[in-house]
Amino acid sequence: MHNNALNDPFDASQSLVDAPHNHGPSTAGSSRVAEVKREFETRQAPDFVGMEHFHTQSEHGQDCECPAHASQTASETESWTPESMLERAVENAVMRAIFPNDLHRRAFMKFVGKGAAASVIGSLFPLGTAKSMAADPVKGIEKKDLTVGFIPITCATPIIMAEPMGFYNKHGLNAKVRKAAGWAIVRDWAINKEVDAAHMLSPMPLAITLGAGSPAVPFFMPAVENINGQAITLANKHKGVKGPQDMKGFRFCVPFTYSMHNYLLRYYLAEGGLHPDKDVQIRVVPPPEMVANLKADNVDGYLAPDPFNQRAVYENVGFIFKLTKEIWDGHPCCAFAISKEFTETNPNTFKALFRSILDATHYASDPKNRKEIAKAISPTNYLNQPTIVLEQVLTGRFADGLGKIQNVPDRIDFDPFPWHSMAVWILSQMKRWRHVEGEFDYKQVAEQVYLAAECDSLIKELGYKPRGTTYAKHTIMGRVFDPERVEEYVNSFPISNL
Amino acid sequence: MSWNRRKLAERFGPYILSLVILGVFILVWESLTRPPKFDPTGKSEDDLTVLEFNGDIVRNEATGKYVYNPKKVLGIPGPGKVWEKAAEELGEAFVKKGANDHGIGLLVYYTIKRFLAGFLVGSVVAVFLGVLIGLSKPLFIALNPFIQVLKPISPLAWMPLLLYSVKDPVWTAIFVVFMASLWPTVANTAFGVNSIRKDYLHVATLLEMTYLRRLFLVILPAAAPAIIAGLRISFGSALVAVVPAEMLLGELGAGYLTWIEWNNLNISGVIFAILVVGVVGYILDYGFGKLASKFTYAEV
Repeated sequence: MHNNALNDPFDASQSLVDAPHNHGPSTAGSSRVAEVKREFETRQAPDFVGMEHFHTQSEHGQDCECPAHASQTASETESWTPESMLERAVENAVMRAIFPNDLHRRAFMKFVGKGAAASVIGSLFPLGTAKSMAADPVKGIEKKDLTVGFIPITCATPIIMAEPMGFYNKHGLNAKVRKAAGWAIVRDWAINKEVDAAHMLSPMPLAITLGAGSPAVPFFMPAVENINGQAITLANKHKGVKGPQDMKGFRFCVPFTYSMHNYLLRYYLAEGGLHPDKDVQIRVVPPPEMVANLKADNVDGYLAPDPFNQRAVYENVGFIFKLTKEIWDGHPCCAFAISKEFTETNPNTFKALFRSILDATHYASDPKNRKEIAKAISPTNYLNQPTIVLEQVLTGRFADGLGKIQNVPDRIDFDPFPWHSMAVWILSQMKRWRHVEGEFDYKQVAEQVYLAAECDSLIKELGYKPRGTTYAKHTIMGRVFDPERVEEYVNSFPISNL
Repeated sequence: MSWNRRKLAERFGPYILSLVILGVFILVWESLTRPPKFDPTGKSEDDLTVLEFNGDIVRNEATGKYVYNPKKVLGIPGPGKVWEKAAEELGEAFVKKGANDHGIGLLVYYTIKRFLAGFLVGSVVAVFLGVLIGLSKPLFIALNPFIQVLKPISPLAWMPLLLYSVKDPVWTAIFVVFMASLWPTVANTAFGVNSIRKDYLHVATLLEMTYLRRLFLVILPAAAPAIIAGLRISFGSALVAVVPAEMLLGELGAGYLTWIEWNNLNISGVIFAILVVGVVGYILDYGFGKLASKFTYAEV
């Protein structure tokens, strides 16, 4: 199942990583080579591939929460100077999590005293574990100064916020995010190594790897950024539209050919009996121009990333017809992508970067943090949008343009896990609409590009909840997609280009 | 007295007319973009809530009445808004607030740097090429078809190919400027060199000048007016090319500012960026004109 040919920086059996057990302080340091070797031998089996690797990793991760391991970690990181600062930071974070209200927290602290407060909390919450998890820096980072390309949309939230909110710094990186004006630009930056990693649409790494619409360069997609968070926006004159049956002859926009936007819109229209290449027009247009085009009455609507759906409402030119959440709840959208070459030459940097992204994504997934995030990413350096628009997108309490204020907390959500089954679905749609030619093994491509197993083991390492499997069935508009029966699925559509 | 007044009018009249045109333009702009007063009649409490939620209107705390949100600009912003934006940008002209947010002064500096690099290299190559084909009739005939085909190609049309082969947006932008500043200078130099009075060349031969001496002492000075005229045309076309090149490449600069403000649908920002591009072009052109006048002379 696991594509062994690929140089996997998380694969214990490869020498690129300076220690086989990629967990905490045991990842590196010559002082612990013997111990690492012992650990390595105990779990390394000669036929160690694929899911076994994945399970072994996750089972092993459990050891690491045991008190012994935690204390060992603490003793080892003593030499690390910012340790005390970090400890305080962890305590503060826990305090804040328990008492989100500042007044309550202060009252509690005042009542019991700061030291006592920490010990009381410590007895309830394994602070030691939290500290050890946070304090394990990736060692031997090859390249500290990084540039990460992004497109100014809310999908990129984790990648962007990781700079101002310090998630890159936390993992020992000095990463700057660089704004690109369009998907083709970000793709070319990534291929030409103008940027070290990039925010892409989740079908893009698959397309680039297959050489569809660009030279074939092997790319990895270590993590998804956001799920949901897109919408079909229609011009105000179409307020009477009920569904695809009323959309014949419409002119739609999507941000890129190889985008979830395109595939979801096509799926939605086709389910309603419209052929997306014959009954309507679908054009590739950069999102900001979509709003302007809607204003100029050049297009009837679009399926686009936010904030440009909310922006149409804000500009009073369109209304949110359907959130993509209603088409496929939990669909992936944008992703964090990196070239295979970078991960091979800088395995530790990649790991630290991967961790920063996972941390940031996890932080963004908590609805409580969304207002703070909206503020952090709205300045000119990042999204450069009115905060009021971003807040409506991120909190899910939004004006829909039809005179109502809706409350959909998971309008956009953040979940880093790159399900292989999602990649297979995307590939199935690329095949369906003939965006790729020729035969290929769906699962093989999916597993080569989407680093789901590696993501899961890092999720575990960071102390978040792992998935334990990389394939799942998905339900899209009531139709179940089974990744085990792709061919059948691809051929089951009455409307397709096959 | 009357003579004095006439002289004054002649001296300052055009400037006053300039100011009047500007004033009328701003007045018309302002009157066309003035936002209407908000009228709450016929709107229910719910409608008002939604409008307020969407940032369209704000409640005036003092009177309890709703007014249009002065911060939200719909459509083309008025001169006041653009002025606000300009003051804000110029106030922090040399501040770097992050990788994507450099002050306007720095952006202009990047653009000028890029522009000058491409223009200087392009001009040197163009003059060299121009002299070469201007001096030799066979070479001119041989190269002419290529030049004629390459000349009408928009410099921006080279961009994808350059980006693909150079793999570096900064160099691509410089190359685009290079391509833009090449052809007018080549054509004019060739023409200028070709039409040097034959007497000059005969004298140079008589004096048994070496080739280099002849080039620098006779040919280039004699062709200078034509070369300068070519350079000025090149200068204009290079200036026109640098802004869209930055837009398309996403390289920080004055053109980038236009694009990124458009990406955010910040129309005040777009107008400000356009004005900046205009002013920068004017200053560069003025400077170049001053420089060029030093090398031009009237034929005697």
